[in-house]
Amino acid sequence: MIDHFARALTQWPLFMTGLLNTIWLCASTAVVSLILAMFLAIPLMSHSLAVRTVARLFVDSVRSVPFLLLAFMAYYCLPAVGVKLSSWTAALITLLVYNTAYFAEILRGAWSHLPPQQEEGGRAFGFTGVRLLLYIIGPQLFIAAGPVLGNQLIQVIKDSAFLMVITIPELTFKANQIQSILFVPFETFIIAGCLYWMLCNSVEWLVRRLELVAQTRRAR
Amino acid sequence: MVDWGMIANLAGGAVTTLWISGISIAVGIPLGLALALTRVFRLPLLSQAVTAYVSIVRATPVVTLALFVFFGVPAMGFTLSPIVAAFITLTINTSAFHAEIWRASIVDFPQGQSEAASAFGMTRLQAFRLIVLPQAWRASLPPMVNEMTFLIKSSPAIAVIGVVDLTRTASRIAAYTYDPLPPYISAAFIYAVVVFSLVRTQRVIERMIVRRYGVL
Repeated sequence: MIDHFARALTQWPLFMTGLLNTIWLCASTAVVSLILAMFLAIPLMSHSLAVRTVARLFVDSVRSVPFLLLAFMAYYCLPAVGVKLSSWTAALITLLVYNTAYFAEILRGAWSHLPPQQEEGGRAFGFTGVRLLLYIIGPQLFIAAGPVLGNQLIQVIKDSAFLMVITIPELTFKANQIQSILFVPFETFIIAGCLYWMLCNSVEWLVRRLELVAQTRRAR
Repeated sequence: MVDWGMIANLAGGAVTTLWISGISIAVGIPLGLALALTRVFRLPLLSQAVTAYVSIVRATPVVTLALFVFFGVPAMGFTLSPIVAAFITLTINTSAFHAEIWRASIVDFPQGQSEAASAFGMTRLQAFRLIVLPQAWRASLPPMVNEMTFLIKSSPAIAVIGVVDLTRTASRIAAYTYDPLPPYISAAFIYAVVVFSLVRTQRVIERMIVRRYGVL
Protein backbone atom coordinates (compact mmCIF):
# COMPACT_ATOMS: atom_id res chain seq x y z
CA MET A 1 0.00 0.00 0.00
CA ILE A 2 2.78 2.44 0.93
CA ASP A 3 4.58 1.70 -2.34
CA HIS A 4 1.28 2.28 -4.16
CA PHE A 5 1.09 5.73 -2.61
CA ALA A 6 4.68 6.37 -3.62
CA ARG A 7 3.85 5.24 -7.14
CA ALA A 8 0.85 7.53 -7.37
CA LEU A 9 2.89 10.41 -5.99
CA THR A 10 5.48 10.06 -8.77
CA GLN A 11 2.78 11.73 -10.87
CA TRP A 12 2.63 14.78 -8.62
CA PRO A 13 2.98 17.23 -11.55
CA LEU A 14 -0.34 15.92 -12.87
CA PHE A 15 -1.95 16.30 -9.44
CA MET A 16 -0.64 19.87 -9.26
CA THR A 17 -1.90 20.77 -12.75
CA GLY A 18 -5.31 19.45 -11.79
CA LEU A 19 -5.30 21.25 -8.45
CA LEU A 20 -4.24 24.55 -10.05
CA ASN A 21 -6.94 24.24 -12.71
CA THR A 22 -9.53 23.58 -10.01
CA ILE A 23 -8.27 26.56 -8.01
CA TRP A 24 -8.32 29.10 -10.82
CA LEU A 25 -11.68 27.90 -12.15
CA CYS A 26 -13.23 28.23 -8.70
CA ALA A 27 -11.46 31.48 -7.80
CA SER A 28 -12.47 33.27 -10.99
CA THR A 29 -16.00 31.89 -10.61
CA ALA A 30 -16.15 33.20 -7.05
CA VAL A 31 -15.06 36.71 -8.02
CA VAL A 32 -17.15 37.13 -11.18
CA SER A 33 -20.22 35.34 -9.78
CA LEU A 34 -20.23 37.49 -6.66
CA ILE A 35 -20.23 40.67 -8.75
CA LEU A 36 -22.97 39.34 -11.05
CA ALA A 37 -24.93 38.11 -8.03
CA MET A 38 -24.88 41.57 -6.50
CA PHE A 39 -26.65 42.86 -9.60
CA LEU A 40 -29.03 39.89 -9.69
CA ALA A 41 -29.96 40.53 -6.05
CA ILE A 42 -31.41 43.93 -7.05
CA PRO A 43 -34.31 42.51 -9.12
CA LEU A 44 -34.79 39.84 -6.43
CA MET A 45 -35.43 42.69 -3.95
CA SER A 46 -37.43 44.78 -6.43
CA HIS A 47 -40.74 46.35 -5.40
CA SER A 48 -42.29 45.39 -8.74
CA LEU A 49 -43.89 41.95 -8.62
CA ALA A 50 -43.20 41.25 -12.30
CA VAL A 51 -39.46 41.98 -12.01
CA ARG A 52 -39.23 39.96 -8.83
CA THR A 53 -41.08 37.00 -10.36
CA VAL A 54 -38.82 36.85 -13.42
CA ALA A 55 -35.65 37.00 -11.29
CA ARG A 56 -37.04 34.43 -8.87
CA LEU A 57 -37.98 32.07 -11.69
CA PHE A 58 -34.42 32.22 -13.04
CA VAL A 59 -32.79 31.75 -9.65
CA ASP A 60 -35.08 28.93 -8.55
CA SER A 61 -34.92 26.98 -11.80
CA VAL A 62 -31.11 27.14 -11.89
CA ARG A 63 -30.88 26.15 -8.24
CA SER A 64 -33.12 23.10 -8.66
CA VAL A 65 -31.07 21.55 -11.49
CA PRO A 66 -27.99 19.39 -10.80
CA PHE A 67 -24.71 21.03 -11.78
CA LEU A 68 -23.73 18.21 -14.15
CA LEU A 69 -26.98 18.53 -16.09
CA LEU A 70 -26.39 22.26 -16.51
CA ALA A 71 -22.84 21.54 -17.71
CA PHE A 72 -24.23 19.09 -20.28
CA MET A 73 -26.74 21.69 -21.40
CA ALA A 74 -24.03 24.30 -21.90
CA TYR A 75 -21.72 21.83 -23.61
CA TYR A 76 -24.21 20.06 -25.91
CA CYS A 77 -27.32 22.25 -26.17
CA LEU A 78 -25.69 25.62 -26.90
CA PRO A 79 -23.82 24.27 -29.97
CA ALA A 80 -27.12 22.72 -31.11
CA VAL A 81 -28.68 26.18 -31.24
CA GLY A 82 -25.66 27.57 -33.08
CA VAL A 83 -23.34 28.79 -30.30
CA LYS A 84 -19.96 27.10 -30.75
CA LEU A 85 -18.07 26.77 -27.48
CA SER A 86 -14.83 25.22 -26.31
CA SER A 87 -15.13 22.95 -23.28
CA TRP A 88 -13.41 25.63 -21.16
CA THR A 89 -15.93 28.29 -22.15
CA ALA A 90 -18.81 25.90 -21.54
CA ALA A 91 -17.35 25.05 -18.12
CA LEU A 92 -16.92 28.68 -17.13
CA ILE A 93 -20.42 29.61 -18.33
CA THR A 94 -21.89 26.75 -16.32
CA LEU A 95 -19.96 27.68 -13.19
CA LEU A 96 -20.90 31.36 -13.54
CA VAL A 97 -24.61 30.84 -14.23
CA TYR A 98 -25.02 28.21 -11.52
CA ASN A 99 -23.22 30.08 -8.79
CA THR A 100 -24.53 33.53 -9.66
CA ALA A 101 -27.99 32.14 -8.89
CA TYR A 102 -26.83 30.66 -5.58
CA PHE A 103 -24.84 33.73 -4.51
CA ALA A 104 -27.71 36.04 -5.48
CA GLU A 105 -30.11 34.06 -3.31
CA ILE A 106 -27.66 34.21 -0.38
CA LEU A 107 -27.18 37.97 -0.80
CA ARG A 108 -30.94 38.47 -1.06
CA GLY A 109 -31.34 36.60 2.22
CA ALA A 110 -28.82 38.90 3.88
CA TRP A 111 -30.37 41.96 2.26
CA SER A 112 -33.84 41.16 3.58
CA HIS A 113 -32.39 41.15 7.12
CA LEU A 114 -30.62 44.48 6.60
CA PRO A 115 -32.42 47.28 8.46
CA PRO A 116 -34.08 49.61 5.90
CA GLN A 117 -32.59 52.58 7.76
CA GLN A 118 -29.23 51.73 6.19
CA GLU A 119 -30.55 52.36 2.71
CA GLU A 120 -32.58 55.40 3.83
CA GLY A 121 -29.57 56.84 5.62
CA GLY A 122 -27.41 56.28 2.56
CA ARG A 123 -29.94 58.08 0.38
CA ALA A 124 -30.16 60.93 2.88
CA PHE A 125 -26.39 61.37 2.51
CA GLY A 126 -26.79 61.56 -1.25
CA PHE A 127 -25.81 58.04 -2.24
CA THR A 128 -27.82 56.72 -5.17
CA GLY A 129 -27.69 53.89 -7.68
CA VAL A 130 -24.37 52.09 -8.05
CA ARG A 131 -22.68 54.19 -5.35
CA LEU A 132 -25.38 53.31 -2.83
CA LEU A 133 -24.90 49.64 -3.67
CA LEU A 134 -21.11 49.83 -3.71
CA TYR A 135 -20.48 51.83 -0.53
CA ILE A 136 -23.51 51.32 1.72
CA ILE A 137 -25.38 48.09 1.00
CA GLY A 138 -22.82 45.83 -0.66
CA PRO A 139 -20.17 45.75 2.08
CA GLN A 140 -22.75 45.03 4.77
CA LEU A 141 -24.25 42.19 2.73
CA PHE A 142 -20.89 40.54 2.18
CA ILE A 143 -20.04 40.76 5.87
CA ALA A 144 -23.44 39.46 6.98
CA ALA A 145 -23.47 36.65 4.41
CA GLY A 146 -19.74 35.83 4.75
CA PRO A 147 -19.95 32.34 6.28
CA VAL A 148 -22.80 31.24 3.99
CA LEU A 149 -20.90 32.53 0.95
CA GLY A 150 -17.88 30.56 2.17
CA ASN A 151 -19.97 27.39 2.34
CA GLN A 152 -21.18 27.99 -1.19
CA LEU A 153 -17.59 28.52 -2.33
CA ILE A 154 -16.77 25.07 -0.93
CA GLN A 155 -19.75 23.76 -2.88
CA VAL A 156 -18.27 25.39 -6.02
CA ILE A 157 -15.04 23.46 -5.48
CA LYS A 158 -16.93 20.20 -5.10
CA ASP A 159 -19.19 20.87 -8.07
CA SER A 160 -16.18 21.67 -10.26
CA ALA A 161 -15.27 17.97 -10.13
CA PHE A 162 -18.27 17.31 -12.39
CA LEU A 163 -16.47 19.26 -15.10
CA MET A 164 -14.22 16.24 -15.72
CA VAL A 165 -17.17 14.83 -17.66
CA ILE A 166 -16.85 17.60 -20.25
CA THR A 167 -13.07 16.94 -20.36
CA ILE A 168 -11.83 19.85 -18.23
CA PRO A 169 -8.45 18.74 -16.81
CA GLU A 170 -9.23 19.64 -13.19
CA LEU A 171 -8.20 17.62 -10.15
CA THR A 172 -10.65 14.71 -10.48
CA PHE A 173 -9.98 14.43 -14.23
CA LYS A 174 -6.25 14.30 -13.56
CA ALA A 175 -6.68 11.77 -10.76
CA ASN A 176 -8.71 9.59 -13.09
CA GLN A 177 -5.98 9.94 -15.71
CA ILE A 178 -3.29 8.94 -13.20
CA GLN A 179 -5.18 5.88 -12.01
CA SER A 180 -5.70 4.72 -15.59
CA ILE A 181 -1.96 5.01 -16.26
CA LEU A 182 -0.69 3.45 -13.03
CA PHE A 183 -3.53 1.14 -11.97
CA VAL A 184 -3.44 2.36 -8.36
CA PRO A 185 -6.95 3.86 -8.13
CA PHE A 186 -7.40 3.44 -4.38
CA GLU A 187 -4.36 5.49 -3.43
CA THR A 188 -4.75 8.02 -6.27
CA PHE A 189 -8.27 9.02 -5.27
CA ILE A 190 -7.32 9.16 -1.59
CA ILE A 191 -4.60 11.67 -2.50
CA ALA A 192 -7.11 13.63 -4.59
CA GLY A 193 -9.57 13.55 -1.67
CA CYS A 194 -6.92 14.91 0.69
CA LEU A 195 -6.09 17.72 -1.76
CA TYR A 196 -9.78 18.65 -1.92
CA TRP A 197 -9.89 18.51 1.88
CA MET A 198 -6.95 20.91 2.16
CA LEU A 199 -8.50 23.24 -0.41
CA CYS A 200 -11.89 23.31 1.31
CA ASN A 201 -10.33 23.85 4.73
CA SER A 202 -8.17 26.70 3.43
CA VAL A 203 -11.32 28.39 2.12
CA GLU A 204 -12.96 27.91 5.51
CA TRP A 205 -9.91 29.34 7.25
CA LEU A 206 -9.77 32.30 4.87
CA VAL A 207 -13.44 33.10 5.41
CA ARG A 208 -12.96 32.98 9.17
CA ARG A 209 -9.94 35.30 8.90
CA LEU A 210 -11.89 37.79 6.78
CA GLU A 211 -14.73 37.69 9.28
CA LEU A 212 -12.33 38.46 12.10
CA VAL A 213 -10.91 41.41 10.18
CA ALA A 214 -14.43 42.67 9.49
CA GLN A 215 -15.35 42.35 13.16
CA THR A 216 -12.35 44.27 14.44
CA ARG A 217 -12.93 46.99 11.86
CA ARG A 218 -16.55 47.30 12.91
CA ALA A 219 -15.62 47.37 16.60
CA ARG A 220 -13.36 50.38 16.05
CA MET B 1 -45.43 16.85 -30.61
CA VAL B 2 -44.50 15.24 -27.35
CA ASP B 3 -42.24 12.25 -27.76
CA TRP B 4 -43.78 9.76 -25.33
CA GLY B 5 -41.02 7.21 -25.87
CA MET B 6 -38.48 9.75 -24.67
CA ILE B 7 -40.62 10.70 -21.68
CA ALA B 8 -40.97 7.02 -20.71
CA ASN B 9 -37.19 6.52 -20.94
CA LEU B 10 -36.52 9.59 -18.83
CA ALA B 11 -39.10 8.46 -16.28
CA GLY B 12 -37.21 5.18 -16.03
CA GLY B 13 -33.98 7.07 -15.41
CA ALA B 14 -35.71 9.23 -12.81
CA VAL B 15 -36.92 6.09 -11.00
CA THR B 16 -33.33 4.77 -10.89
CA THR B 17 -32.08 8.09 -9.50
CA LEU B 18 -34.84 8.13 -6.90
CA TRP B 19 -34.54 4.58 -5.65
CA ILE B 20 -30.76 4.60 -5.34
CA SER B 21 -30.91 7.97 -3.56
CA GLY B 22 -33.84 6.73 -1.46
CA ILE B 23 -32.02 3.64 -0.20
CA SER B 24 -28.87 5.69 0.46
CA ILE B 25 -30.90 8.13 2.55
CA ALA B 26 -32.68 5.30 4.40
CA VAL B 27 -29.29 3.79 5.30
CA GLY B 28 -27.47 7.12 5.67
CA ILE B 29 -29.75 8.61 8.34
CA PRO B 30 -29.36 5.84 10.97
CA LEU B 31 -25.69 5.43 9.99
CA GLY B 32 -25.23 9.17 10.51
CA LEU B 33 -26.83 8.86 13.94
CA ALA B 34 -24.43 6.05 14.86
CA LEU B 35 -21.47 8.15 13.66
CA ALA B 36 -22.73 11.17 15.60
CA LEU B 37 -23.14 9.11 18.77
CA THR B 38 -19.49 8.04 18.79
CA ARG B 39 -18.64 11.75 18.98
CA VAL B 40 -21.41 12.71 21.42
CA PHE B 41 -20.39 9.96 23.87
CA ARG B 42 -16.68 10.65 23.14
CA LEU B 43 -15.82 7.00 22.51
CA PRO B 44 -12.02 6.83 22.46
CA LEU B 45 -10.35 6.27 19.04
CA LEU B 46 -13.71 5.74 17.35
CA SER B 47 -14.74 9.36 17.81
CA GLN B 48 -11.45 10.65 16.36
CA ALA B 49 -11.75 8.28 13.43
CA VAL B 50 -15.32 9.44 12.80
CA THR B 51 -14.27 13.11 13.01
CA ALA B 52 -11.64 12.51 10.33
CA TYR B 53 -14.06 10.48 8.19
CA VAL B 54 -16.79 13.13 8.35
CA SER B 55 -14.36 15.95 7.64
CA ILE B 56 -12.77 14.29 4.61
CA VAL B 57 -15.99 12.94 3.11
CA ARG B 58 -17.72 16.30 3.44
CA ALA B 59 -14.87 17.99 1.58
CA THR B 60 -14.63 15.40 -1.22
CA PRO B 61 -16.71 15.88 -4.38
CA VAL B 62 -19.24 13.11 -4.95
CA VAL B 63 -17.74 12.38 -8.41
CA THR B 64 -14.31 11.80 -6.88
CA LEU B 65 -15.89 9.58 -4.25
CA ALA B 66 -17.79 7.65 -6.94
CA LEU B 67 -14.60 7.03 -8.93
CA PHE B 68 -12.80 6.04 -5.73
CA VAL B 69 -15.44 3.45 -4.88
CA PHE B 70 -15.90 2.21 -8.45
CA PHE B 71 -12.17 1.82 -9.29
CA GLY B 72 -10.55 1.72 -5.88
CA VAL B 73 -12.60 -0.95 -4.11
CA PRO B 74 -12.22 -3.56 -6.90
CA ALA B 75 -8.45 -2.92 -6.75
CA MET B 76 -8.63 -4.15 -3.15
CA GLY B 77 -10.09 -7.42 -4.43
CA PHE B 78 -13.88 -6.97 -4.28
CA THR B 79 -16.07 -6.95 -7.38
CA LEU B 80 -18.66 -4.22 -7.61
CA SER B 81 -21.43 -3.55 -10.09
CA PRO B 82 -21.98 0.15 -10.95
CA ILE B 83 -25.31 0.12 -9.09
CA VAL B 84 -23.72 -1.19 -5.87
CA ALA B 85 -20.84 1.27 -6.22
CA ALA B 86 -23.36 4.08 -6.72
CA PHE B 87 -25.29 3.05 -3.65
CA ILE B 88 -22.09 2.86 -1.54
CA THR B 89 -20.93 6.26 -2.85
CA LEU B 90 -24.15 8.07 -2.03
CA THR B 91 -24.44 6.35 1.35
CA ILE B 92 -20.89 7.33 2.35
CA ASN B 93 -21.53 10.91 1.25
CA THR B 94 -24.93 11.38 2.86
CA SER B 95 -24.03 9.58 6.10
CA ALA B 96 -21.28 12.14 6.76
CA PHE B 97 -23.67 15.03 6.30
CA HIS B 98 -26.35 13.35 8.41
CA ALA B 99 -23.78 12.73 11.13
CA GLU B 100 -23.21 16.49 11.34
CA ILE B 101 -26.95 17.20 11.38
CA TRP B 102 -27.55 14.69 14.19
CA ARG B 103 -24.58 15.95 16.16
CA ALA B 104 -25.73 19.57 15.89
CA SER B 105 -29.23 18.75 17.09
CA ILE B 106 -27.94 16.61 19.98
CA VAL B 107 -25.28 19.11 21.06
CA ASP B 108 -27.80 21.97 20.95
CA PHE B 109 -30.17 19.98 23.14
CA PRO B 110 -31.01 21.83 26.40
CA GLN B 111 -28.56 20.67 29.07
CA GLY B 112 -31.16 20.99 31.85
CA GLN B 113 -33.20 18.07 30.58
CA SER B 114 -30.20 15.75 30.50
CA GLU B 115 -29.31 16.81 34.04
CA ALA B 116 -32.91 16.20 35.17
CA ALA B 117 -32.78 12.75 33.58
CA SER B 118 -29.62 11.83 35.48
CA ALA B 119 -31.20 13.23 38.67
CA PHE B 120 -34.01 10.74 38.09
CA GLY B 121 -31.40 7.99 38.08
CA MET B 122 -31.24 7.38 34.35
CA THR B 123 -27.98 6.24 32.80
CA ARG B 124 -26.58 8.36 29.95
CA LEU B 125 -27.83 5.82 27.43
CA GLN B 126 -31.33 5.74 28.95
CA ALA B 127 -31.44 9.53 29.05
CA PHE B 128 -30.41 9.63 25.42
CA ARG B 129 -32.94 7.03 24.30
CA LEU B 130 -35.91 8.23 26.35
CA ILE B 131 -35.35 11.99 26.63
CA VAL B 132 -32.93 13.37 24.03
CA LEU B 133 -33.64 11.34 20.89
CA PRO B 134 -37.46 11.71 20.90
CA GLN B 135 -36.99 15.49 20.87
CA ALA B 136 -33.71 15.94 18.99
CA TRP B 137 -35.00 14.27 15.80
CA ARG B 138 -37.50 17.10 15.38
CA ALA B 139 -34.71 19.66 15.15
CA SER B 140 -32.90 17.38 12.67
CA LEU B 141 -35.86 16.92 10.36
CA PRO B 142 -35.72 20.19 8.32
CA PRO B 143 -31.95 20.05 7.67
CA MET B 144 -32.35 16.38 6.76
CA VAL B 145 -34.84 17.16 4.02
CA ASN B 146 -32.47 19.91 2.90
CA GLU B 147 -29.65 17.35 2.71
CA MET B 148 -31.92 15.10 0.60
CA THR B 149 -32.24 17.85 -2.02
CA PHE B 150 -28.44 18.14 -2.00
CA LEU B 151 -28.12 14.39 -2.50
CA ILE B 152 -30.54 14.44 -5.44
CA LYS B 153 -28.54 17.29 -7.00
CA SER B 154 -25.22 15.49 -6.60
CA SER B 155 -26.64 12.10 -7.66
CA PRO B 156 -25.61 12.60 -11.34
CA ALA B 157 -22.15 11.63 -10.08
CA ILE B 158 -23.33 8.03 -10.36
CA ALA B 159 -23.90 8.61 -14.08
CA VAL B 160 -20.13 9.06 -14.38
CA ILE B 161 -19.51 5.47 -13.26
CA GLY B 162 -22.08 4.10 -15.70
CA VAL B 163 -25.36 3.95 -13.81
CA VAL B 164 -28.22 4.80 -16.17
CA ASP B 165 -29.83 7.43 -13.98
CA LEU B 166 -31.83 10.43 -15.14
CA THR B 167 -28.78 12.40 -16.35
CA ARG B 168 -27.27 9.47 -18.24
CA THR B 169 -30.61 8.60 -19.80
CA ALA B 170 -30.86 12.18 -21.08
CA SER B 171 -27.35 12.13 -22.54
CA ARG B 172 -28.02 8.73 -24.15
CA ILE B 173 -31.14 10.04 -25.83
CA ALA B 174 -29.22 13.14 -26.93
CA ALA B 175 -26.46 11.01 -28.44
CA TYR B 176 -29.00 8.77 -30.16
CA THR B 177 -31.23 11.46 -31.65
CA TYR B 178 -28.58 14.16 -32.29
CA ASP B 179 -31.09 16.54 -30.72
CA PRO B 180 -29.85 17.41 -27.22
CA LEU B 181 -32.40 20.09 -26.32
CA PRO B 182 -35.58 18.05 -25.63
CA PRO B 183 -34.04 15.32 -23.41
CA TYR B 184 -31.85 17.69 -21.36
CA ILE B 185 -34.61 20.23 -20.79
CA SER B 186 -37.09 17.48 -19.85
CA ALA B 187 -34.55 15.98 -17.45
CA ALA B 188 -33.93 19.40 -15.89
CA PHE B 189 -37.67 19.78 -15.48
CA ILE B 190 -37.96 16.38 -13.75
CA TYR B 191 -35.11 17.25 -11.35
CA ALA B 192 -36.77 20.58 -10.62
CA VAL B 193 -40.06 18.86 -9.81
CA VAL B 194 -38.33 16.42 -7.43
CA VAL B 195 -36.32 19.14 -5.68
CA PHE B 196 -39.31 21.45 -5.51
CA SER B 197 -41.48 18.75 -3.90
CA LEU B 198 -38.76 18.08 -1.34
CA VAL B 199 -38.55 21.78 -0.47
CA ARG B 200 -42.35 21.86 -0.19
CA THR B 201 -42.27 18.80 2.08
CA GLN B 202 -39.73 20.53 4.27
CA ARG B 203 -42.02 23.56 4.70
CA VAL B 204 -45.00 21.31 5.52
CA ILE B 205 -42.96 19.33 8.06
CA GLU B 206 -41.72 22.51 9.72
CA ARG B 207 -45.25 23.83 9.99
CA MET B 208 -46.52 20.52 11.40
CA ILE B 209 -43.80 20.48 14.05
CA VAL B 210 -44.47 24.06 15.05
CA ARG B 211 -48.21 23.42 15.26
CA ARG B 212 -47.83 20.25 17.31
CA TYR B 213 -44.95 21.19 19.63
CA GLY B 214 -44.90 24.99 19.53
CA VAL B 215 -41.22 25.20 18.62
CA LEU B 216 -38.93 23.61 16.07
